[in-house]
Amino acid sequence: MTTLAFASILIMSAMGYFIGRRRSLAIVNGERYRLHSRPVYHGAFVALWIGIPTTLFVLLWLLFQYSVIDSLLIGSMSADLTEGRSGEQVQLILNEVKSIAAGNFFNIPSPEIQDLANTYNALVAKFRWMLVASAIVIAAAILLFTLSRISDSFRARQGVEKVLDGVMIGCSLIAILTTLGIVVSLVVESLRFFSKVPFYEFLFGLNWEPQIPIREGQVAAEGAFGAIPVFTGTLLIAGISLLVAVPIGLLAAIYLTQYAKSRLRAFIKPLLEFLAGVPTVVYGFFAVLVVAPAMKEWGAGIGLDIAPNSAIAAGAVMGIMLIPFVSSLSDDAISAVPQSLTDSSLGLGATKGETILNILLPAALPGIIGGILLAASRAIGETMIVVMAAGLIATLTLNPFEAVTTVTVQIVTLLIGDTAFDNPKTLSAFALGLLLFIVTLFLNVIALRIVQKYREKYD
Amino acid sequence: MTDILDKIDSKALHDWNSPENRRRVQKRYARDRLLKIAGLTAIGLAVLLLGILVTSLLYSARSAVTQSMVELEYFIDPAKVSRDAPERGSYRSIVKKAVLTHYPEVTNRRQQRKIVKILSGGVSYLVRDHVVANPDVMGKTISLKLPLSDPFDQLNKGVIRRDLPENQRRVSDKEIAWFDVMVKKDLIHNPINWGLIFNNDSRRPEVAGLRGAIVGSFYILLVCFLISFPVGIAAAVYLEEFARKSRMNDIIEVNINNLAAVPSVVFGLLGLAVFLGFFGLPRSAPLVGGMVLSLMTLPTIIIAARAALKAVPPSIREAALGMGASRHQVIQHHVLPLAMPGILTGTIIGLAQALGETAPLLLIGMNAFITSDPGSIMEPATALPTQIYSWADSPERGFTSRTSAAIIVLLGFLVIMNTVAIILRQKFEKKW
Amino acid sequence: MEPNMSTEYLDIANLENSNVEQGRPRSEAAETPDITLDTDLKFRARNIDVFYDTNQALFDVSLDIGDNAITALIGPSGCGKTTFLRCLNRMNDVIDICRVTGSVELDGDEIYTDKVDPVLLRARVGMVFQKPNPFPKSIFDNVAYGPKIHGLAADKTELEEIVVNSLKKAGLFDEVKDRLAEPGTGLSGGQQQRLCIARAIATQPEAILMDEPCSALDPIATARIEELMGELKESLAIVIVTHSMQQAARVSQRTAFFHLGTLVECGETEQIFTNPHDDRTQSYITGRIG
Ligand SMILES: Nc1ncnc2c1ncn2[C@@H]1O[C@H](COP(=O)(O)OP(=O)(O)OP(=O)(O)O)[C@@H](O)[C@H]1O
Ligand SMILES: [Mg+2]
Repeated sequence: MTTLAFASILIMSAMGYFIGRRRSLAIVNGERYRLHSRPVYHGAFVALWIGIPTTLFVLLWLLFQYSVIDSLLIGSMSADLTEGRSGEQVQLILNEVKSIAAGNFFNIPSPEIQDLANTYNALVAKFRWMLVASAIVIAAAILLFTLSRISDSFRARQGVEKVLDGVMIGCSLIAILTTLGIVVSLVVESLRFFSKVPFYEFLFGLNWEPQIPIREGQVAAEGAFGAIPVFTGTLLIAGISLLVAVPIGLLAAIYLTQYAKSRLRAFIKPLLEFLAGVPTVVYGFFAVLVVAPAMKEWGAGIGLDIAPNSAIAAGAVMGIMLIPFVSSLSDDAISAVPQSLTDSSLGLGATKGETILNILLPAALPGIIGGILLAASRAIGETMIVVMAAGLIATLTLNPFEAVTTVTVQIVTLLIGDTAFDNPKTLSAFALGLLLFIVTLFLNVIALRIVQKYREKYD
Repeated sequence: MTDILDKIDSKALHDWNSPENRRRVQKRYARDRLLKIAGLTAIGLAVLLLGILVTSLLYSARSAVTQSMVELEYFIDPAKVSRDAPERGSYRSIVKKAVLTHYPEVTNRRQQRKIVKILSGGVSYLVRDHVVANPDVMGKTISLKLPLSDPFDQLNKGVIRRDLPENQRRVSDKEIAWFDVMVKKDLIHNPINWGLIFNNDSRRPEVAGLRGAIVGSFYILLVCFLISFPVGIAAAVYLEEFARKSRMNDIIEVNINNLAAVPSVVFGLLGLAVFLGFFGLPRSAPLVGGMVLSLMTLPTIIIAARAALKAVPPSIREAALGMGASRHQVIQHHVLPLAMPGILTGTIIGLAQALGETAPLLLIGMNAFITSDPGSIMEPATALPTQIYSWADSPERGFTSRTSAAIIVLLGFLVIMNTVAIILRQKFEKKW
Repeated sequence: MEPNMSTEYLDIANLENSNVEQGRPRSEAAETPDITLDTDLKFRARNIDVFYDTNQALFDVSLDIGDNAITALIGPSGCGKTTFLRCLNRMNDVIDICRVTGSVELDGDEIYTDKVDPVLLRARVGMVFQKPNPFPKSIFDNVAYGPKIHGLAADKTELEEIVVNSLKKAGLFDEVKDRLAEPGTGLSGGQQQRLCIARAIATQPEAILMDEPCSALDPIATARIEELMGELKESLAIVIVTHSMQQAARVSQRTAFFHLGTLVECGETEQIFTNPHDDRTQSYITGRIG
């Protein structure tokens, strides 16, 4: 049915195109030169004006249709069905109704529910027809209006181009809308969270146990949402990953840009790019399959008790993931240093090593620092590796051999399989998300600024 | 003062070849070598780690390449399967009978049940599907190769070692003896495990496959492409060709750069709160997955497209403008076609990133357990990376090797996409 | 400022240097170019071929360069001047794809042998580049860099002395004496280039190679550098690449003209500019090629 709506838009637009073109030619009796704009532009003008607003209308309709139908359905529920039930329970009934409406039953539904399912199906069908009908009506209205504007002096090309301008600006704004969407949704849900759990408790509390069952009448906020252990866990793992990635990545970049013959470079670069393109879920599995068991065994060998989901295993694997990232950013920073600067140092009789340490690295330092900040931001926001390889329990420790949890792990585990946004447990994920967003944004802005300044210096 | 000036003038001041100086230089070179060795070590380490990553995955995946199957004769007894509704027969007993004919000496029920468990629990469904698809086999005996259950699959591949003491392996000596009866009768086969790609997901590793995940990922990428490609081009063209330096455009630009670095899980939160929560779109649907990923891919495409547009020399624009074309026409007819290979390259790279993205899909429920492939972009589905995540989380041993194999399938897709992008870039690089 | 057209170099021939083969080029060398030097021989380049990968940039170049004199290398862009200059202190070793064959002697000793350490060689043969490029360090550290890495100063005061003297010799000291701790990149272009010269002479080199040292400078700064070169040549050999015919004529005593990777002609500057033997030289200096 949705397809039918879009198809009718397409057909109406195509019709509009041909009618518009014919009409423009008819007005001037086929003497094209009398037209201000070529006939195709008259056609395109009509087609665009039909196509774009109608498509937007249909999309908006589709976006809202489900929530409208839901509320209509809830409205049609008899009082004894909704009486005394929380929003969550009503939602459950709704889900049951929908699955029955879709024809999946596991046992015979009660007549009430069956009725509701029938209502639901009827509503959906009604909405579908209404959608197609209103799309066609709108398209027809626009067609009539635009056709009336076609004349020999009508500037159809400019009209078309203005529409295209509008579309392009709209598309550019999507980036801003996305950011807005992120900020608004995070802030709204976080505010709801902070209305249940005090702000200072979240930021400074030492105890994080969001999974506790929320019993009737229990104050969920009782010491269970202190995020400090989650923050320290995040920083611990991110720190370990940078300890692995920065030296290796930086040294690799130095070697590749300064010492390596071009043959070796041509061989290593694609390998690093491959390493960079490996999805993080793969690294996560690698951590579980190889690194964590190996570390545990190694620890047992020297009498160390290393947890199977230790911070060091997750951090080390995240470090591996970041190596190509650090190395390519360092590579950029080093390559931006003008050749003449290193040549001057070599020309004074410095060895390559002295040139690198005394001239090249100090000159490239801002770029390298920017790169490290970006890597830190990646490490903090990285999700899959820690979801698979780090712990779920928030322990307040800096011992890398113990299991710690991170912000991203908590977000994912709190939200997997749960969509009801009315308990502190799920809402806390949004508060964590907001914090994560702010911190990574801050790191990125600073890093990009440093890198930009640095580039300008040598451009 | 002056004597130093004189010193500089006289060439005898510094004896570069003195033994003392030679030693000094030796030391300096040693330090240089140290740095070089450190760099080489770092590279070696990176390559080694990559090697370990790939070989451990390949090593772990090797036992998922084939699937142990047993070839048995199944008598489709009309007494057990009704001709009118073949999907409702008692296939379990048909399978049981087919297995137990090879063990006439075993009469104990518990032991019989154990013997049947050599076969995958999914076998009775597979027989059913076969009968439903070919109703004319009713009353006949058919020979089918069907999968073994996971422990015996592992035993057959040598993953479970026979030389371990009995209490340390998952199959008992007795079970091994029963299994060897089939081996001796030459009933066990090891064909390539095509089911891994063509089957749907299952709780039983021996019959679980990636079909639903591949279809789901395809739908997601399709949606992602349909949204981000046109929108990305339009935004890039506007920002690169039309936008004048203004505050608004600066904001847009900074915004795009920062969006590219927002953690992916935050996009998942956005999808959850806005697409699922606010608009009430269905959970686990490829449509929502594609929409979320398109928002993530958009910055990549816009940045790549702008670079491609920038690379088109201004002389081409000027020449076309000079012939009286409008700016729109110039871009449509001259600039965009020239920039298209670059834009496509960026798009493919962006889609490859999207294909591997997991966290946002988890948040919108695309790790659900779904045993059929999605028929449309609105039906619940999984995706390749989320399937990998689910399998990695499954306790059954057989899923370990299958997870590795699934990863290799995913990496294969990524390598193909990136290769296409590289070829595209090389082929069209700087034609003008 | 008057262009320095000194011809005193005849008088200051440094005869004390015992290990330098005196006067004329060795006669046994069949490939000896047809030139005569009025001063000591500093560099003696023979049959230099340079390849970048498979691309040959210099073809059989043989050239003598005298001490206590300025030798100018001129020629159209891409003819191999920079390449030749970089052969003289083995800077081409730095470029991966670059291969040099032939022989260069410095004070009679072959520099293209394994025994010669390019690092020490470069300390003896300094270099100044086209664009002024102070290190991102303070003015003091810029000049102190060479002496520090080579261990030329026993202590801090000695280092300071070297720095101050180098800055004085480069004629920069008075302008920067109050801000030695400030970054070198904060100076004007001309000052920066003199800082680079000070940096180069701080290791007490015997020769300085300059690759278009004035091309990024205004005329006044250029004149200042030229004056400085005139002073420096009293104590060392200078080789300068320049695109300015006037500059070559003003400052140099000898001029070598390169064309398409070959050395076309080399002789006294006056002779090259007034009476070139080769048509190509004639065409170039009158502005018909290049
Ligand atoms: N690093 C390099 N790699 C490859 N080829 C090079 C390199 N440097 C120079 N060449 C080539 O060697 C030839 C000579 O270059 P060179 O820089 O010596 O010319 P030049 O006379 O200094 O020119 P200009 O006056 O423009 O500085 C040129 O054809 C150039 O392309
Ligand atoms: Mg040059």
